[in-house]
Amino acid sequence: MTARDDVSEALSRQPQWIRDVLLVGGIVLATYALFAVVGLAFGVGVNSIVGTFQQITFFAAVYALTALALNLHWGYTGLFNIGVAGFMAVGAYTMAMLTAAPDGSPPGLGLPLIVGVVGGMIAAAAVGFVAALPALRVRADYFAIVTLGLSEIIRRAMLSRSLRSFELGGYSIGSITVPTVELGTGGGSGIRAPSTDVIANYLLFAGGERGGDPTILGDVLFGLGGALGVTRSIMIQGTYTLVLIGFVVAFYVLLTRIAYSPFGRVLKAIREDELAARSLGKNTNRTKIKVFMLGCALMGLAGILWQGSRTLVSPNNFMPIVTFYIFVALIVGGSGSNTGSIVGGFVFAAFLWEGPRFIRSIARANFDVRAPPTIYDAFASLGSFDPMPLVGYLIGSLDEIRFIFIGVVLIVLMIWRPDGLLGHRKEIAAATDLSRRPAVTDGGETDE
Amino acid sequence: MSDVETEAPADEQTTTETERRSTDAPILEIRDLEKRFGGIVAVDGASFGVERGSITGLIGPNGAGKSTTFNCITGVHTPNAGSVVFDGEEITGLEPHEVANRGLVRTFQIAREFPEMTVLENMMLAPKGQLGESLWRSVAPVARGEVVEQEERMRERAWETLEFFEIDHLAEEYAGNLSGGQRKLLEMARALLTDPEMLLLDEPMAGVNPSLEKKLLGHIHELQAEGYTFLLVEHDMDVIMNHCEHIIVMHQGAVLAEGTADDITSNEEVIEAYLGGDV
Repeated sequence: MTARDDVSEALSRQPQWIRDVLLVGGIVLATYALFAVVGLAFGVGVNSIVGTFQQITFFAAVYALTALALNLHWGYTGLFNIGVAGFMAVGAYTMAMLTAAPDGSPPGLGLPLIVGVVGGMIAAAAVGFVAALPALRVRADYFAIVTLGLSEIIRRAMLSRSLRSFELGGYSIGSITVPTVELGTGGGSGIRAPSTDVIANYLLFAGGERGGDPTILGDVLFGLGGALGVTRSIMIQGTYTLVLIGFVVAFYVLLTRIAYSPFGRVLKAIREDELAARSLGKNTNRTKIKVFMLGCALMGLAGILWQGSRTLVSPNNFMPIVTFYIFVALIVGGSGSNTGSIVGGFVFAAFLWEGPRFIRSIARANFDVRAPPTIYDAFASLGSFDPMPLVGYLIGSLDEIRFIFIGVVLIVLMIWRPDGLLGHRKEIAAATDLSRRPAVTDGGETDE
Repeated sequence: MSDVETEAPADEQTTTETERRSTDAPILEIRDLEKRFGGIVAVDGASFGVERGSITGLIGPNGAGKSTTFNCITGVHTPNAGSVVFDGEEITGLEPHEVANRGLVRTFQIAREFPEMTVLENMMLAPKGQLGESLWRSVAPVARGEVVEQEERMRERAWETLEFFEIDHLAEEYAGNLSGGQRKLLEMARALLTDPEMLLLDEPMAGVNPSLEKKLLGHIHELQAEGYTFLLVEHDMDVIMNHCEHIIVMHQGAVLAEGTADDITSNEEVIEAYLGGDV
């Protein structure tokens, strides 16, 4: 027996969730190692490598959050929601409007951040409910059109000049007078609200003010960063990313509990054959509305954590392309698998999102790559055995070429692994181990 | 099949219904059922009853309206006129899940298993009154304990039913990998787990090989002895004539004849309809 067999033998005795943690951890570490080796080989400084790790992990976390929420809709229930960006926008905008300063432009309500976060989730779920009532009656492909349309309506409404700033209230119902409040979306210029990454400030600085005395955690992290030559701002961003990872774990636990339950079983049955599920006495309409609202609330929260961490919440961050990126992440990971959603989010962030940028910064630092004006010029000099203009052209138009790259990756994946990286796994929807002979190791009911 | 307990039925109505129903009234009664699709009248005033504890056959040439009748009974279609009474209760126009929860459960002409779920998952979906079908109970830490307990009880029952139908060796296969006949068995096993009063089987023998057909019929008779009522649509005349106590013949959306096998085989009109007499 080889060592490799020993390891896989030992692994197969562990509960599924430990194996999943090891799997995700292994992929993450291997990817970091690859980036570090390539970076150091080309003379990239430690600070910017750690900065790249920070960026990768941030995007991995936000794509994992959204992919998990989408997996509940599409992977489990088969609800083809291509309006994810819209529900994220509802969450982020509601949060921003509730928490923005009353004397700002546009004015907000100035409520505490937590009220904004909860309010954003409730608003996203409410919009989901309104969308679900008529939309769930139509067939799957029309449902997709309805959700895409809704997300664009939301984005256009946020862009609209007439909602840039408006007043609510100022009337009386009987003896109760509703006070006038000024609100606004800020139109095309967006809305400035307290950024959600203040959570990192509270964790790192006593009193929560950036530049104050560091807390114990802050001392440890800044000490570590200082030793490696990593700037404070990267460590602060990194701390927010750790908070996001905490949310990923929370999403994962919630959705895994749903997946391994009778409720999850009904969801799968709806995906497989709704009429058969109804004929077995399942109220599929009510279940679909519930699950759609829950997924929308999670999407709203993901939107808050992602876009709310920027200084501005603006309509341009909620273009339909965001939804498609999330779909790519989910497809790469394997729809129907929650672990797959996290793996997909990470692989997308590392290789399809940050990877090309990393290569570009390496190429720019090491070679004289100036992009020629047209692709014709690039190929013309290739004829005289000078590849640099072509490389320069490719590096220069990397943002566009990324689309081609994503397309190629998807095609290769569909041929090589049509179910995505982890979509082939049998994940049995039941709260207990269904096999007659209960497994020696615990099936996973006790993981709280 | 043993009666391993399921949780108390979700709606208390069923228990009160059980007490007050009389045993000799038909369990299912269709009156003047009518269903039109645009200009086509698929069911045109069909009326019949099904005796409690019987195996009743519903036959008729293609296009006679058998499947549409089935769909109107089970809530897939809403009839344009007429009424469906099950167990003394009006169920006309109810949703499919409401009909199923009253104890009237159907199977389909082409088996509708959940292909990317295992056979056991298919089975576990069926039982009524599952606590874990509520979202919060599935998620909340303490309530989930009850859900797990209930799942363990239902698992026993699922395995027993699979053994009864002799497909327990397939329990962990994806249902989509089963053969056509095995899917029919799975569908019937799954329907039984809902604790129905009556099963509507839409062409249960279609695409089933003779030895499996024999087995299926054996199961149907065993279940009849336990008190289940069956209504089957079937094209196989041998099955209908040899196994159904009561036969209903539909033609052009209405009931043409009713009676025992002997009544039907000697009925001129029926022979005419099947041999394609004047329309």
